[in-house]
Amino acid sequence: MAGTAVRGRLTWQVATVSAVTDETPAVRTISLDLPDWPGPGAGPQRAGQHLDVRLTAEDGYQAEREYSIASAPGEPVAITVERLADGEVSPYLTEELRQGDQFEVRGPVGGYFVWDGDDGPLLLVAGGSGIAPLRAMLRHRRRTGSTVQARLLYSSRTWQDVIYRAELSVPADGLEVFHTLTRQQPPGWTGYARRVDAQMLTEVAWPAADDPVVYVCGPTSFVETVAGALTSLGYPARRIRTERFGATGGQ
Amino acid sequence: MEPVDGNAIGGLLIEIFGTEMTNVRGTCAACNATGPVASFAVYRSGPGIVARCRACDGELMVLVRRQAITCVDLRGLARLGK
Repeated sequence: MAGTAVRGRLTWQVATVSAVTDETPAVRTISLDLPDWPGPGAGPQRAGQHLDVRLTAEDGYQAEREYSIASAPGEPVAITVERLADGEVSPYLTEELRQGDQFEVRGPVGGYFVWDGDDGPLLLVAGGSGIAPLRAMLRHRRRTGSTVQARLLYSSRTWQDVIYRAELSVPADGLEVFHTLTRQQPPGWTGYARRVDAQMLTEVAWPAADDPVVYVCGPTSFVETVAGALTSLGYPARRIRTERFGATGGQ
Repeated sequence: MEPVDGNAIGGLLIEIFGTEMTNVRGTCAACNATGPVASFAVYRSGPGIVARCRACDGELMVLVRRQAITCVDLRGLARLGK
């Protein structure tokens, strides 16, 4: 198969930063005012999607990245950005950006790593900032009054690195949240204290016979470990949706 | 360099195909493995974007942008469709 491109329909628009919220020392949530959302050329927003960000330097140099949308459909659009030490875009977004600043975005984008509110039981497994699209799903679940049973297993290095810490500690009907802290645990910690493994998933997840749908998001090695463990527990591949972000990718 | 998922180029693929592509399934012409475009291993550190098969590492898609033109080579795909 070969061909040339047709003219694009998905169009960039200028977003204005309406608020910035520090989630952890390295992670910030950026709320956006968008004149046109869903953006031109995109379909309705679905929980789990991302948007493309384009920054243009004074000399015209452009850099594009993708960031998961951390807000539910119908809410003001927000992205959660983790600062990468060698990043080209994330240091600007997490350190320099102020309310009222503008940059270009397009989207929402994605039709695979999405949850529309009825499929379940719902198992969410997040590593680090991989929580962002899963938070959109949890908010969507709450906003729509979904009765789907949900469990979140969230792996962070330390308690200070847990993104949306306050929000995730608010009890919600039919939702159970399990934390694992891989590097350091606060005094009296009763949660898990190791990397996610098959044993932990056996304890947290529903049996494969309950046919849960699973969304796994995090760094590549995390996602591959979790997906491999779920497969070994008998979860069929068609029920496991993954989103990996590489070492220099967006998110 | 570590690849990202096909999810990451969803926006570019909408530009090219005019529709959401990440949930569309592709079949590798080399090994016949099938999976959603979202699961392809995408490398984009070079001058173009290469999507590879997670099973055999074969090239599935090569996308090269030059100004407003994007060249699309899908010869590594035996099939692309729902």
